[in-house]
Amino acid sequence: MCGIIGVIDRKRELMDGSAIREALSIMDERGSGEGAGYAAYGVYPDYPDLYAIHVFYDNLIHPREQVEELLETWGMIEYDEEIPTYESGRMKKVHTPWRYFFRPNRKLMPRSDTPDDDIVTHIVMTINTSVSGALVFSSGRNVGVFKASGWPEEVADFYRVEDYEGYLWLAHNRYPTNTSGWWGGAHPFNLLNWSVVHNGEITSYGTNRRYIESFGYSCTMFTDTEVVAYLMDLLARKHRLSPEHTVRALAPPFWEEIERMPPADQVINTAIRLTYGQAMMNGPFAIAVASHDFLVGFSDRIKLRPLVIGEHDHRLYISSEEAAIRTLDPMVQKISMPRAGEPIVGRVIT
Amino acid sequence: MIIGSRPLKYQVTVDHDHCMLCGRCVENCSYSVYRMEDHRIRINSRNCVACHRCISQCPRDAITITSRPCDYRPHPVWTDEIRESIFKQAESGKILLGGMGNNMDYPIIFDRIVLDACQVTNPSIDPLREPMELRTFIGKKPKRLDLHYRPGHDVEMRTSLVKNLQLETPIMIGHMSYGAISLNSHLAMARAASECGTFMGTGEGGLYEALYPYQDHMIVQVASGRFGVDVNYLDRGAAIEIKIGQGAKPGIGGHLPGEKVCANVSCTRMIPEGSDAISPAPHHDIYSIEDLKQLVRSLKEATEWKKPVFVKIAAVHNVAAIAAGIARSGADAVVIDGFRGGTGAAPSVFRNHVGIPIEAAIAAVDIKLRQQGIRNEVSIIASGGIRQSADVAKVICLGADAVYIGTAALVAMGCRVCGTCYRGLCTWGIATQRPDLVARLNPDEASRNVGNLIQAWTLELAELMGAAGINSIESLRGNRDRLRGYMLDQEMLKVLDIKPVGA
Repeated sequence: MCGIIGVIDRKRELMDGSAIREALSIMDERGSGEGAGYAAYGVYPDYPDLYAIHVFYDNLIHPREQVEELLETWGMIEYDEEIPTYESGRMKKVHTPWRYFFRPNRKLMPRSDTPDDDIVTHIVMTINTSVSGALVFSSGRNVGVFKASGWPEEVADFYRVEDYEGYLWLAHNRYPTNTSGWWGGAHPFNLLNWSVVHNGEITSYGTNRRYIESFGYSCTMFTDTEVVAYLMDLLARKHRLSPEHTVRALAPPFWEEIERMPPADQVINTAIRLTYGQAMMNGPFAIAVASHDFLVGFSDRIKLRPLVIGEHDHRLYISSEEAAIRTLDPMVQKISMPRAGEPIVGRVIT
Repeated sequence: MIIGSRPLKYQVTVDHDHCMLCGRCVENCSYSVYRMEDHRIRINSRNCVACHRCISQCPRDAITITSRPCDYRPHPVWTDEIRESIFKQAESGKILLGGMGNNMDYPIIFDRIVLDACQVTNPSIDPLREPMELRTFIGKKPKRLDLHYRPGHDVEMRTSLVKNLQLETPIMIGHMSYGAISLNSHLAMARAASECGTFMGTGEGGLYEALYPYQDHMIVQVASGRFGVDVNYLDRGAAIEIKIGQGAKPGIGGHLPGEKVCANVSCTRMIPEGSDAISPAPHHDIYSIEDLKQLVRSLKEATEWKKPVFVKIAAVHNVAAIAAGIARSGADAVVIDGFRGGTGAAPSVFRNHVGIPIEAAIAAVDIKLRQQGIRNEVSIIASGGIRQSADVAKVICLGADAVYIGTAALVAMGCRVCGTCYRGLCTWGIATQRPDLVARLNPDEASRNVGNLIQAWTLELAELMGAAGINSIESLRGNRDRLRGYMLDQEMLKVLDIKPVGA
């Protein structure tokens, strides 16, 4: 099961988190009250150029010391604080969420084209694999993930998502299978500017994991969703494929469809399948991925999970349920169902 | 006569009440087990190799063949086989030869690995109702695509792809030479490979003219003897394979007894009629990995860089590092031949004791190539001991791109794995050049049988993939998460990089 929803305002007009809280809660039927989360872009206007690193701490002694030492080694913490949370009813502070606004020292990664991103990726992978009691769950610039175990409305109230304003929101309501109500297991998954929400199970996980690990990523969350974030990072950031072509790699058309394409498309789609065969994701899924400039949604190659699109002026909605889109925007103008594997992309207007 | 005669290996009996004296057994047995005397079938069981030709032809089911009618005194160390090997060598002073693959009782890793299926959390996919893709490309793939986006929807692809072989099923037929096997069996397999959209190896015996119509589905082999190799041969193949080693006999060259070198074989191989064709152990122009690189490039140059070049090695202890060297040689695919691989003739000591199983070899090669970031440089073809579609699925999960089958294709044409290929008397018309025996194999029927086998395995593979919730072979490849080891020890699980059942 699981329910997903995402919205982008293509003119970067800000929306607070109250509407998406309602929209996600309307899909409680799709979850089990063991995990929910929200990702928002544009939430840290005071520190737009710094990496906002969100960490779950089991305690504030050893893990925090180690994390801060690592951050100070690779750059500078300009500001840090505990993320404000509000306990109530079932929602207890099992972990302490903390955030750092971090400026990497790019001189320390001299041979990279994207030293800042590579330093932060390295820090995230190091903390998540070798610092016990700490987990980085958000690491992009001017983007924040807020997630925990609980029902969508409980998690929203725990972080008071209505206090945050973003032009792009992603949210997820979880019915866990791979890991139980572990906070790190809730979605959205985030790496750098990539956030992913995912409904489904990736049957090709073993292939995808081994592929992505050969490029230096390490899978640490014990679940299949994180590979999506890493694959997006590899293909769309490092290999500079467009979001559409990245989706074509992750959920490619069947050979039979490729053979019916015009020759130029045939060449590119064949090349994508040959080159990125191990990045192809199989199994039932509907996925929404966000970055600063776009929101992209797509389903598996035979659409075994629902995905609905809504449009209203310069806003694009992607969700598991039409009801959720109508809750988020009762005046939505156009509702449609994309075809299996078809990339749906909403880009900001620059 | 100190050693004297040994117990019979097989006892042949004819039920004379059922026998109608048609004489088909006499006619069909090329090993002279039967003769007709005084209106009765007489039997010399000592000549029997248990090829079952007589049984298959007897209209009255009157023939019975029993194994070991007389046992030695049982002994767990001094087994019957050990004792008999000693007898033979004490008499001859020679190296013992054997046909077909390793016949020692090593545990089979494939049989201790189980596959996965979907339940509830994700649906299995029904290949009867949904598309299922087994199309496989063998050859180099780029590590990344360089796409340039120009304003509008214009995209320029700056990466150029090199030629790959396109297979409609990941099952190919491995290299068995014309000479080791008959023209009719070659024709049958070549036809089946063409019809199934896959490929077949020529072996190291050249390409006989009658096979030219199927050349687009044939991979021509260049082995250390260079038999039959000229530019015409290279040009005809869809791909070229350099054979360094063979799973049945790692470290030594091929061996074709002169009895099998008839006129046509002699012309195709470019060697004198009746002479033994013994390939040297190494290629005399390859004494190191950089020499291999030169040969790969020479073959590509000779064929104007139009053909993929494969390199085949036997699975030996250091197979992963060797494969990594091959991946850097410019080769497009590496074929790993496990120690269960078949052969027409090999010294038994090699066949039974040298090399490692294909399951472990593929796992090690795939991991090593990934660690070094060169997995895209070469495709991996697994061969040697692939017996059924489940083996194909498992070895692909371990990291192979495709498989070669050999013995299985011969069995599809009637071979009973009697292991006597090197004598050239194959009653099934497969491993022989004697015209009367070859004529027994009808290429039309045999190609149907081989094609059926490939098709049946392909269907089973599609079903297994569907049950695992996978609709394209790319997602099965290297997907070790969908395997579990059953009663494998921890070290073996580590080598295979799979979890035990229940984990």
